[in-house]
Amino acid sequence: MLDGITRSLRAIGHRVIFSIWRMGVATRFFWLTLLQSGIVLRRPMLVIKEIFSAGVLSLIIILVSGLFVGMVLGLQGYDTLQTYGSEEALGILVALSLVRELGPVVAALLFASRAGSAITAEIGLMKATEQIAAMEMMAVDPVARVVAPRFWGAVISMPLLAALFSAMGIFGGYLVGVVLIGVDEGAFWSQMQAAVDFRDDILNGVIKSVVFGVAVTIIALFEGYDAPPTAEGVSRATTRTVVTSSLAILALDFILTAFMFHGV
Amino acid sequence: MSDNLVEIRDLYFAYSADRMVLQGINLTARRGQVVAIMGNSGCGKTTLFRLIGGALRPTRGILKVDGVSMGELDQAGLYRLRRRMGILFQFGALFTDMTVFDNVAFQLREHTDLPEEVIRDLVLMKLNAVGLRGAQDLLPSELSGGMARRVALARAIALDPALIMYDEPFAGLDPISLGVAGNLIRRLTDTLGLTSLVVTHDVQESLKIVDYVYFVSEGVIVAEGTPAEIKASELPYVHQFVHGEEDGPVPFHYPAADYSRDLELAHA
Amino acid sequence: MKRTTLDLWVGIFVVAGIGALLFLALKVGNMGAFDSGATYAVNAHFDNIGGLKPRAPVKSAGVVVGRVGEILFDTKNYEAQVVLDIDGRYRFPADSSASIMTSGLLGEQYIALEAGGDPKMLQPGDSLKLTQGAVVLENLIGQFLYNKADEAAAGGTQE
Repeated sequence: MLDGITRSLRAIGHRVIFSIWRMGVATRFFWLTLLQSGIVLRRPMLVIKEIFSAGVLSLIIILVSGLFVGMVLGLQGYDTLQTYGSEEALGILVALSLVRELGPVVAALLFASRAGSAITAEIGLMKATEQIAAMEMMAVDPVARVVAPRFWGAVISMPLLAALFSAMGIFGGYLVGVVLIGVDEGAFWSQMQAAVDFRDDILNGVIKSVVFGVAVTIIALFEGYDAPPTAEGVSRATTRTVVTSSLAILALDFILTAFMFHGV
Repeated sequence: MSDNLVEIRDLYFAYSADRMVLQGINLTARRGQVVAIMGNSGCGKTTLFRLIGGALRPTRGILKVDGVSMGELDQAGLYRLRRRMGILFQFGALFTDMTVFDNVAFQLREHTDLPEEVIRDLVLMKLNAVGLRGAQDLLPSELSGGMARRVALARAIALDPALIMYDEPFAGLDPISLGVAGNLIRRLTDTLGLTSLVVTHDVQESLKIVDYVYFVSEGVIVAEGTPAEIKASELPYVHQFVHGEEDGPVPFHYPAADYSRDLELAHA
Repeated sequence: MKRTTLDLWVGIFVVAGIGALLFLALKVGNMGAFDSGATYAVNAHFDNIGGLKPRAPVKSAGVVVGRVGEILFDTKNYEAQVVLDIDGRYRFPADSSASIMTSGLLGEQYIALEAGGDPKMLQPGDSLKLTQGAVVLENLIGQFLYNKADEAAAGGTQE
């Protein structure tokens, strides 16, 4: 009985120590990536290629999801606001929820499952097929050549994707609210404009999406780089990327929101 | 300049304190030679390669490549030395997101400022040397195993290295590709003035092309000699290895308890 | 340099992304309104600012003419000192008055500027003389109850 408790306690302790250890390695990895980022300026083509695979290839899912999320917001928001007789506030509701929260968060979650998992799988496979080792043997630093361009490509893509998501969502809300239900178009836009502040809402939303982009990308890169070089190891690392980065996004969102919208 | 490109004296290496992988290796590769390192699986051959490539550091002993002691190099010095080495990984390790051409051009683009026309000429020359000039626009996924290894060979010689290491170059090849690969290693070594280290367990193929053979078992060198000496060797380990016998110094059975007791025949 | 379809797609993506950002900034947000223009600062002292926050709108006749800059506490008079950043395009007479209002019953608080009649205009750094602080709901209710109690007491003695 007592033996079982000590054993499980020990197992938990091991896990905790192991996680903290890994966190330290990940931080060092992040630092190394930043140090090796000079290549980004010297050879922009490498980054452009990664913007393509992280940004352009995520475009469809981001645009379509944004449209639907905005349309749902339009429907639900109208339903609720109508009871208070303030349907014209629909624009405010749609725009603020998208720009402040849903845009950065949902776009980052989609980005984690679309681009993040792809990054982990790609780097994990490069490791499993000894491409990383081959690069090292050719005196090319894989952190500079493989990791840094992917990092910057994804970090540049993320705020653009979040902005596209929000814009698409507002368009979706407009479609449902104004075109379909018939809320006054002038009120929809003007109320929105009066309530949405550039610095407090839009800029903070952009900052959020940049932070999420950095978090998702570094998790994805690290999981791939740290994955055991087997098929099973890579697939587990890919799953871990999606789970860890989703949790990181939501936790960071809470912290950032607390800082941005509750401080004076 | 010393005549020995690779010189290893009393090399010990352990991944962890309780498991010595290499226990006192002595090995020399002279310039222009093809040297084979043979041994059964898990004897530490690949570890030896990683030591020569500088991916691992020796626990004890001397390891010199081109007169430079590997144990004392810093990162920059190591990278400088690695440009003079090529390594051929077991399955080629080609970059899967690049074409054959870009794979071969990789080191030229990373390490030199040559104009694109010069790079093109160099790449085509290297690809021609392995007979795959026509495959330059293919992706690695479109190549057969033997072709992928030849492309990897072209990539390894792109910067005209002094030393090439081959990790199991013959594994999983059909007899034709096998002969092609063997001849290619010999011919490139002779024409480009390279030194080649080949880790393999394909005895018959490698005895045809190499100048000297080392047999490694359990982290020590158990036998060495020219192919003729090896073929004539009466050492039980070498005999078993060369003739592919099932049982010998390398036992067929994994250590186990007494057979009859395991089957509980003793009770009957 | 060789131009590829990849470059084209990345170009489209970046342009669309920046376009979306501009759309958010100009059409959704209020950056187009006046944030870009120059502003001048005017001080106003209030006995109570209620729930006024920095960057709350300053309105005159219902039109947004500026934003609340800083909110400080003046230890000389124990009053709240509010800095108003007024859009440079709008000038107000020196004897204009400021009052803190609430949009709707429970809405955001803002500052209403009432233009005066002085031919001299407000200069940057000037202070507004006439101010009306926020109406605190609790005080209002307290006052109301107090008055009612007074009335009842007066009625009681009469009978």
